[in-house]
Amino acid sequence: MKRYSFAAALLAATMFGGVANAKTLVYCSEGSPEGFDPAPYTAGTTFDASAKPIYSQLVEFDRGTTKVIPGLAESWDVSDDGLEYTFKLRPGVKFHTTDFFTPTRDFNADDVLFTFERQLKKDHPWNEYTAGISWEYFNAMSMPDLIKEMVKVDDMTVKFVLTRPEAPMVANLAMDFASIMSKEYADKLEADGKKDMLNQQPVGTGPFQFVAYQKDAVIRYKAHPDYWDGKQAIDDLVFAITTDASVRQQKLMAGECHVAAYPNPADLDALKAAPGLEVMEQEGLNVGYLAYNTQMAPFDNPKVRKALNMAINKQAILDAVFQGAGQAAKNPIPPTMWSYNDAVEDDPYDPEAAKKMLEEAGVADLSMKVWAMPVQRPYNPNARRMAELIQEDFSKVGVTVEIVSYEWGEYLERSKATDRDGAVLLGWTGDNGDPDNFLAVLLGCDGVGGANRAQWCHKPFDDMIQKAKIVSDQAERTKLYEDAQMVFKEQAPWATIAHSVVFMPMSTKVTGYKMDPLGSHRFDGVDLAE
Amino acid sequence: MQSLREMLRFLLYRIGLLVPTFIGVTIAAFGFIRILPGDPVLLMAGERGVSPERYEQLMHQFGYDRPLWEQYFDFLGGIASGDLGNSLVTKKPIFDEFFTLFPATLELSICAIIFATLLGIPAGVLAATRRGSWLDQTVMGTALVGYSMPIFWWGLLLIILFSGILQWTPVSGRISLLYFFPPVTGFMLIDSLLSGQKGAFTSALSHLILPTIVLGTIPLAVIARQTRSAMLDVLGEDYVRTAHAKGLAPARVIGLHALRNALIPVITTIGLQVGVLLGGAILTETIFSWPGIGKWMLDSIFRRDYPAVQGGLLMIAVVVMIVNLVVDLLYGLINPKIRH
Repeated sequence: MKRYSFAAALLAATMFGGVANAKTLVYCSEGSPEGFDPAPYTAGTTFDASAKPIYSQLVEFDRGTTKVIPGLAESWDVSDDGLEYTFKLRPGVKFHTTDFFTPTRDFNADDVLFTFERQLKKDHPWNEYTAGISWEYFNAMSMPDLIKEMVKVDDMTVKFVLTRPEAPMVANLAMDFASIMSKEYADKLEADGKKDMLNQQPVGTGPFQFVAYQKDAVIRYKAHPDYWDGKQAIDDLVFAITTDASVRQQKLMAGECHVAAYPNPADLDALKAAPGLEVMEQEGLNVGYLAYNTQMAPFDNPKVRKALNMAINKQAILDAVFQGAGQAAKNPIPPTMWSYNDAVEDDPYDPEAAKKMLEEAGVADLSMKVWAMPVQRPYNPNARRMAELIQEDFSKVGVTVEIVSYEWGEYLERSKATDRDGAVLLGWTGDNGDPDNFLAVLLGCDGVGGANRAQWCHKPFDDMIQKAKIVSDQAERTKLYEDAQMVFKEQAPWATIAHSVVFMPMSTKVTGYKMDPLGSHRFDGVDLAE
Repeated sequence: MQSLREMLRFLLYRIGLLVPTFIGVTIAAFGFIRILPGDPVLLMAGERGVSPERYEQLMHQFGYDRPLWEQYFDFLGGIASGDLGNSLVTKKPIFDEFFTLFPATLELSICAIIFATLLGIPAGVLAATRRGSWLDQTVMGTALVGYSMPIFWWGLLLIILFSGILQWTPVSGRISLLYFFPPVTGFMLIDSLLSGQKGAFTSALSHLILPTIVLGTIPLAVIARQTRSAMLDVLGEDYVRTAHAKGLAPARVIGLHALRNALIPVITTIGLQVGVLLGGAILTETIFSWPGIGKWMLDSIFRRDYPAVQGGLLMIAVVVMIVNLVVDLLYGLINPKIRH
């Protein structure tokens, strides 16, 4: 039997395939995309395969950062009242020419309007273009309430009129659901009576164009020759869908792929030691927390919450639950996010002091529930184990813990109740890199009875984040968020537990790869050394 | 003439039995996914959540706010008109999804059953003819281990050994990524030949080796044990002893007289393994990233993709029913006693 090494494979490609010198990068991805139109979906796996390679957005995240930079819009202006966003579009941007579509015109304002109107307007012919489609991210980011209207000023200018000032608006437009579609392609599909192909044979303006997808097996792309930001160094991009983490590791070590997603923490040492491989790492844009119900006694007393926070041994949790793939959290936002306040001091682990504080607060023989999620999430790989460790920690300060759990959908629903009994383990992964997306969503007064699982409505904090939502000056916003984190720490509605660390093992031949703090996997700007 | 009428009656009887089975299957397929806690809308929304109004809207859009019996009759109506609905996840018709993936499962299952039969029958015969010997004990001991093998662990072990350390076989997938051709039949062995690309067939074949072994292990154990016990029964029969007494060569006695009769229950066993294979396919396909229906069903269950799960289970059940019918008919053909 022959050895399956990449060298042999490349040699074979040159000999048999007649594609001498074509650079092919193979990525062992963790799952199948749900479809190739990113807007109806919310899963990262789907975005990695659709929005990232195939599409561009008006504005984009600078590779490796959460900074928003021009994309298909060259520039934009915000009116003084913060209600009008006017985007100047980039001229000469080409859509992909594929086997199934040949564009006759460049990107223009019609494409922008088509992209958003189909999500906004219930009576738009593309609002439900295939059975059971809905626009969940667009809805989740409150875009239907936010966008009053969209106006085509001229072919290369588009204006968004908002119902209220919203500073994170530009960051929202860098998100995957805002991927710009080709109206010309959609019109052709509609004329051919094949609307649902929009979700199966995508056409965009992104760095790579779609070639083929074999369900649950392989996705193939090739570099877009006329990409507006320059043709990519690699010619072909292949996603080898490999759901099991151990198998991905084996494929990477056998040279069957160059980059693999989500390794098992337990395999990291082997991967780091393997010749020809390197492991990149970065903090994930997430936070795992324990939210007290601040509306129920005795957890309505910040002193009690603070005492319990001091009883939690975070290091033990990082070791046992994250196996090194985590970092202790002191703030509700992750360190990679702008406005992260490093001056905040974490509550020290001090069971003795905690015990004393509980006594001072008049709490004795406290028994409480801790909710453990039934699923594995990036911000909490094993909630049950985490709950057990917390149970043990709390018992040392005289607090008895009962661990409860529900089916995931039910867990998320029940934990929203304002009269919920117990503290909830949960977490959040950021959408657009804006602190508002953590602080307002998870801790704002509007979120009580919903995403604000601590049921915490603290006026001074809420005023700050509401103000930060409407001022557009970045320095002023930063200051407001930094102060808000101080208030959060004093009030302790959560025990902030950890931010995950994301690892990315890859061949040393891969150059220029940058880990995305937003958690996506992007292959634009990546090259393969000979 | 008489036997033809008999055969026809038997056929109609067997097919008639399928009707209540089919109805039972539709109820089970429909009910199974709905008994599981959780619903597709909440799972889709995740931590981000969904407002109560939006939740109602989506449930209404999917039709899950209607009474269960209405949904069930919708499902039946869909079956009658050949429409199992669209997946909630991919939005594609269930039939398309099923038939895109089914050839991969079928190809793997056929290879596994061939592997299990070719190895299992000789092993069983060998064990039976040397009953009580160390060889018998080894074969039966190995079969017991094989039967109790946790598939996931077994697959990973083989991958680490043969693909990782020895690098004899590829790790996962159906064919090397170098080869790229549109599916014609969906069977990679056939399509790779049709593609005319040099080395494609060998690549497809080498990708089949480990999954075939993993999926074939349990059926192999079952077939070996069944062959052994059937052979032991037959070897004790008068006609076998007579054949021996007549001085026929032992190989001829075993191969021609004993084995032919012993095979009847073995064929039934092989037929019954189809259900086992489709169950085992879920794990095997997951380990080897094999794009088949097993993995698809598992993903669909996790996502509470109601139409995919109920439609997929129904299709799988229909396949099992058809295979069992064919085995029954074959059996009736071989053994006329059954027809009565």
